[in-house]
This record gives sequence, structure tokens and C-alpha cells, in this order.
Amino acid sequence: MTALSLENISKSFGDVQVLRNIDLVVEPEEFVVFVGPSGCGKSTLLRVIAGLEDASAGTVRIGGRDVTRTPPAKRGIAMVFQSYALYPHLDVEGNMALGLKQAGESRAVIAERIATAARMLSLEPYLKRRPSELSGGQRQRVAIGRAIVRKPDLFLFDEPLSNLDAALRMATRVEIARIHRELGTAMIYVTHDQTEAMTLANRIVILRDGRIEQVGSPMALYNDPDNLFVAGFLGAPSMNFLPAGRLGAPGATVGIRPEHLRLATEGPLAGTITHVERLGADTNLLVTLGSGETLTVRLFGQHPQQVGDAVALAFDAASAYSFDAEGQRIRF
Amino acid sequence: MNRARSSRLNTVAAHAALLAWTAIALFPVFVILINSFKTRRAIFAEPLSLPSEASFSMVGYRTVMAQGDFLLYFQNSLIVTVGSLAFTLLFGAMAAFALSEYRFRGNMLLGLYLALGIMIPIRIGTVAILELMVQTGLVNTLFALILVYTAQGLPLAVFILSEFMRQVSDDLKNAGRIDGMSEYAIFVRLVLPLVRPAMATVAVFNMIPIWNDLWFPLILAPGEATKTLTLGSQVFIGQFVTDWNAVLSALSLAILPALVLYVLFSRQLIRGITSGAVK
Repeated sequence: MTALSLENISKSFGDVQVLRNIDLVVEPEEFVVFVGPSGCGKSTLLRVIAGLEDASAGTVRIGGRDVTRTPPAKRGIAMVFQSYALYPHLDVEGNMALGLKQAGESRAVIAERIATAARMLSLEPYLKRRPSELSGGQRQRVAIGRAIVRKPDLFLFDEPLSNLDAALRMATRVEIARIHRELGTAMIYVTHDQTEAMTLANRIVILRDGRIEQVGSPMALYNDPDNLFVAGFLGAPSMNFLPAGRLGAPGATVGIRPEHLRLATEGPLAGTITHVERLGADTNLLVTLGSGETLTVRLFGQHPQQVGDAVALAFDAASAYSFDAEGQRIRF
Repeated sequence: MNRARSSRLNTVAAHAALLAWTAIALFPVFVILINSFKTRRAIFAEPLSLPSEASFSMVGYRTVMAQGDFLLYFQNSLIVTVGSLAFTLLFGAMAAFALSEYRFRGNMLLGLYLALGIMIPIRIGTVAILELMVQTGLVNTLFALILVYTAQGLPLAVFILSEFMRQVSDDLKNAGRIDGMSEYAIFVRLVLPLVRPAMATVAVFNMIPIWNDLWFPLILAPGEATKTLTLGSQVFIGQFVTDWNAVLSALSLAILPALVLYVLFSRQLIRGITSGAVK
């Protein structure tokens, strides 16, 4: 039985079509990340799955049940919001208990589930505190706890780490991955951060303008993108694109990942270094070619190059990607 | 206050300005209070002096207690004010929630239509209101006054509350929906507590004019049983002779409940402001 299946989902607000004919199947125990630029419809799609927005067309099935017309509380889902969305007048325990109380669970069941969730998230010392007395990271853990106690068939995360600082984001990311392993429940996670997408997902769904561009495992998408958009979206620094004519290659555009470029004594691409980023483990060089394009080169380790140095770049033809005039990948 | 950011001169100047303003604001109340305890002759001879042994008199309060049923007037005023405020806040908040929360055709127009009442004084419609009350048999009932004041207060209440409700996080309401709360529960348990400062603002804005109003009680409920305090006090103001002792005593007494209500609401107001300041 599938955890979630979307069939031909469309959504429009007035004349604006936000989602177009989305088809997707999520297997049980799978961690699926929706990623895309802002305005691509990823949050709207999540809200349609949650039942907070009605789809204009199409069917939503959760755990095999058609829930297209079912209210959010009865869909067997739990959701974690970017802004935490904790009830300000209830303490941590009350926040976690509310959904269960509404569902008519017995007192003993509620207490037991809260205890389990609190242990999982190390929230035991804070059960009697109000959200206003907690730090950002603690609040997000409470929000996750509120989702866990519901024992849903499907977890939905709406950019849950965007309000946290970098160190906390990494820690919470690891925690979410751990919770997924422990619970083994399907999760759908929306983000615009490709690091989160790459590190958490079993499968990534890349959306643009309300359409699915490509679905696949993180490495499949990174190594074998279907089109120019996916190729440029994943990877930091992002892929370099050059007109194919300049390299005498087939197709319209050639893409080369920054780490596949290397410094050479002479090569087809000669230019001047215009900027150097030293990150310790990596060194990123921005090289402006004689013809005006700027390429990013990612070198592993520390390198002595300075701004203004003249360099030549080389790459293996096998690591380059070719795209046709419509931006579709040409595979050989 | 942070010592590095304050100079002695600034502090003194700020306090002087605040004290001066307080004195100006309290002066009329003070004059009413001291004169309500003086003889008629002393009121006119030295209106600003404190009551002395010679000029002290409780005659005003005795007249007020003896003439008319002031306790009843008090009760009427209180029922009308509290009733009107309760209805204004209840219906205003409900309308504001619908306007701010749901997308429907004509939402914007309906909001503007409801706000129109802020600009058009309700007294323009007095004749029509009186006819309506006569036809429905509500003349000389407190309910008539409550209805009119509720109508008078709703436009501003809807306007202010819908602005505040728009600021309540959508995520919070959606979290409630996912947890299985009904729309009514979301309104009562999530949204209302968060807009409490705005509710207090609306209550304070509406309370004083209702408490002090003479117009509608005079026209809609002038009967002895339904007289409000302001209307009741008018018996002492004659065309030729005014019993100033009684008028001042009645006014002094009328200040008290309004003061108590104000303190109650303003505490909410301040609590709301400070709780919002620290995230």
C-alpha cells in the first residue's frame, strides 16, 4: 500500500494556475523532499495534501484512502510549520495533547504518547513551559513532538528549519533524519534549501512553475539531470553553462560542474581570475573568460591563486552535459 | 532605563511634561469632586478652594439620594454599557474573523460597507430609529439602547479587529485545523486570546461615549424605570435654576464605575502591548 498518491492534481487561484497535472506516488517509509525556487508551488502542493487547500482537480490518496474531500484532521497526517505555530496559551504538554484530545483519545494513551515523544526529542524538562519560554530550536522540537504524538500515516514538513540559525539547522536536520529512521513513517518535506534536500531525501521532487521537472534519488538527479533547470538547480556552486558552439560540442548548451573543471597549463578555456573564495576544505575560483562568460571552478584543498592571475581550464568531455535548444538533456 | 542613554535634564523635562499633562487632565475632575462637598454659596464664592469646616456640606449627595432612584439609574447605565460592549465585541469579532479569514466573493466590498458606519453618525437616523422602536414596542426598554449602541460601535470594532486578526499567523490556524479544531474553536481558543489587546482598545473607545450619552436615553428610554445616570442627573439642571450641589454630586458618583471599567480594560491593553514586545 502506498503512503500517498497524487493523481492529476491541479490548483488555480482565480486565473493563476499554481499546480498543473501533478502525479506522484510516495511509498511507505519513504522520505520525499519537494524542492524548487520560491513560487514554484511546492508549499501549495503540501497544503493540498494536508487538506488546507482544495485541489481544483485531481485525487489525493493517503494510505490507500481517497481523502480528496476529507478534512485535514481526518486524513491521518501531521504537519510541522515553518513558524512552529505552537498554541501560545498552552504549555508544551498541552500543545502536544490538543490534537489527541480532539480525537477523543483516553487520558492514559495521551500521557503515554507524550512521554514517548518527549523522550525522543529530549523535551522532558520543558513539558510545563509555555512556548514563549523556549528557544527557537526547542520550539521546533515541540512542533515536531506535536506531530509525532498523532501517530500519522504521513508527516508533512513545511520548511521547518528556515527560522533556525546554521548550527541549529544542521543539528535539527540530523534529528529529523533520526526520527524518520526510528518511526519508519513516510515523510514529505518542503524546502528551498538544496542541502536539506540532498541530505534528507530518499527521493527529491524538483518543481518549477507548478510542474514536476524531475523525480529521483539525490545522486541520480545530481549525476543525471533531465534538463537545464534541474542541472542548474542542484549543486553549490551551481553548474557552469557555455554555448556548445564555443567548445565544438553538439547541442545548444554544455554544462560542466565546478568540480569537474581543473587548472591546466593550456586548454580551450583561458581567462583571468576575478574572485577567490577560500573555504578551507575547498577553494572556489571565479574565472572570466576572454569571451566574457564567468565560470566557477571548485578546487579541493587550499590553493595559492590570486585575483588577476591568468589561468587556463580543462575538463573531461565525459563529465560534461549537453542540452538542446529547449533545455532538454541530450544523452549519448 | 539605561543610564548611558539618559541624561538628567531629559528625564526631568520628560517628567515635568507628563506631570503638567496629568494635572491638566485631572483638574476638571478635581474641581467637580471638591465642589461636590461644599455649600452652594461656597461653590460660587471660591470655586477652587478645598472644602473647609465652614463650607463643607453633604447637601448635594443628600439631594441625589433623596430625589429619584439613583441606584436604579446606576444599574441601568451599567446594564446598557456592559451589554452594548459585550454585543459589540462578540458580533464585531465574529464579523472581523469572517472578513479576515475567508476568501469569498464581495469580501472587500462587505468590509468597506461595514466600515462606512465610522464616517456616518448614527444620530442622523434618530427619527427612523425611534419609529422602528415604536413599531417593535421597544421604546422605554434598556434593550433598545443596547441595540442602538451595538450598531453604533460595530463599524469601528469590525475595522480594528479585522486588521488585527489578519496579523494572526495562518500557520497557527492551520495547525488547529490539522489538530481537529472546528472553525468556532479556532476563533474562540486561538484567535480571540491573541487579539485581546485590540478587544480592549475597542471596549475603551466605545465605553465612555455610551456611559455619557444623553441623546438616545432621552429619546428612546426616558421612562423612570429605564433612565440612565446621565439622563437622571438632568433633573437638577433647570432652565432658570440649577441645583449645582446635586449636579456635581451626581457627576462625582457617575465617574466611579466608568473608572473601574476603564482600569479593568486598560490593564488588558497594557498586558497585551508588553506581551507582544518580547517575542
